[in-house]
Amino acid sequence: MTATVAIALSVNGELVEANVLPRLNLADFLREHLKLTGTHVGCEHGVCGACTVRVNGDIVRSCLMLAVQTQNAAIETIEGLSDSGEIADLQSAFRERNALQCGFCTPGMLMAAQDLLKQSPCPDRERIREHLSGNYCRCTGYQAIVDAIESTAWARRGRRP
Amino acid sequence: MKASAFAYARATSVANALEMLTTYGERAKVLSGGQSLLPAMNLRLVAPELIVDIGELTELRGVAVKGEVLTIGALTRHADLLKSREVAAHAPLLKDAVAHIAHPAIRNRGTIGGSLAHADPASELPACMLTLGATIIARGPGGERRIAANEFFVGIYETALTPQELLVAVELPVTPKNSTHFFHEFARRHGDYAIVGLAAQASIRDGRFADLRLGFFAVGDRPLLAESASKLVDVAITPAVLIEAASALDDELDPLEDQQATPAMRRHLAKVLLARCVSLLLARPDLGAGAPA
Repeated sequence: MTATVAIALSVNGELVEANVLPRLNLADFLREHLKLTGTHVGCEHGVCGACTVRVNGDIVRSCLMLAVQTQNAAIETIEGLSDSGEIADLQSAFRERNALQCGFCTPGMLMAAQDLLKQSPCPDRERIREHLSGNYCRCTGYQAIVDAIESTAWARRGRRP
Repeated sequence: MKASAFAYARATSVANALEMLTTYGERAKVLSGGQSLLPAMNLRLVAPELIVDIGELTELRGVAVKGEVLTIGALTRHADLLKSREVAAHAPLLKDAVAHIAHPAIRNRGTIGGSLAHADPASELPACMLTLGATIIARGPGGERRIAANEFFVGIYETALTPQELLVAVELPVTPKNSTHFFHEFARRHGDYAIVGLAAQASIRDGRFADLRLGFFAVGDRPLLAESASKLVDVAITPAVLIEAASALDDELDPLEDQQATPAMRRHLAKVLLARCVSLLLARPDLGAGAPA
């Protein structure tokens, strides 16, 4: 009754085909099957945001999506955003501002932050906090993270007036 | 934790989904956005034998206006409601409410049908359905059934749907032009479960309420359309009238205790929301200064 299901999807631009059990969530599929371990698994019930990835352009919780639901979907993980250079400036702002300590939440923070900056090029600090409200950081607090996102927004605006 | 094992079927049509629900009954669960079902499965609070995934039934997605009726398909995501021009124009209360539902990544997957069928007493959309006088449309083996919102929610995670039925859409009367609304909820962090919330819709004439509908949530085992609202209609609102309405509201509430708040705190906050709502809608700052005792 719980046979594997064949799926075909794109992950960071590459076609992936696999046979998966229905109970396998997308986060575990990315980590265990594809060895894309940048997507972190924290709470496994949608509260912490560490597993945030993009599905068809929208950020989602990969612990709250089954791998079988990604049939024909385009998934982008932190590895994809990092390798393409899309968030290089955001990553260096995180480093410069000490916006990470243990780094566990960072991939999810970067996914959520880039999502915000794509929708809203000049968010104020309150808007940044609101957009990150679903992402927990347990070491540094949020001040430095908000600083890094704010300064990235300023820098991007400077480049593209 | 991880969900326990289950079988999975991707429904190819509403009829196909209904066939599976008829066969499996309570042993099956419908998966739409999965933002309530999958946490419950990961926490092993539910362990269905079969998951019927309706995610590809695109005919259940979208918002349409026909005459005086706004129809929202069950698979319409919270993110879609937030961006919908039809919702902004014809049910602005709903747009305000959706901004309070969880976080962006959740709103990108969660659906209106899923939220209503899940019937969490602390969630925003069920209360909005009561306030807006929605009709919930379900399809089952016997055909279509139209259920008034005030008969739909029957308890914690309990609705009038049978295990063989699928929620396919909701219909809302288009909000009248001269109507106004209020939405607010108390939560410890933006997007968290509401401690208490209020979704209100009103018509105002000459400084008085001609109509007032107050949908409270997280004040009991289901959302509440407060009958005490009638005490505020067609009368000049004075602090004494407001206190009387708040006291009548208190009698209607049956708040639960959980780690977020005691019943007494919820009763207090419901009255604070009532006062703020009335004060704001009537533009009477004198009424909202504090909570009536």
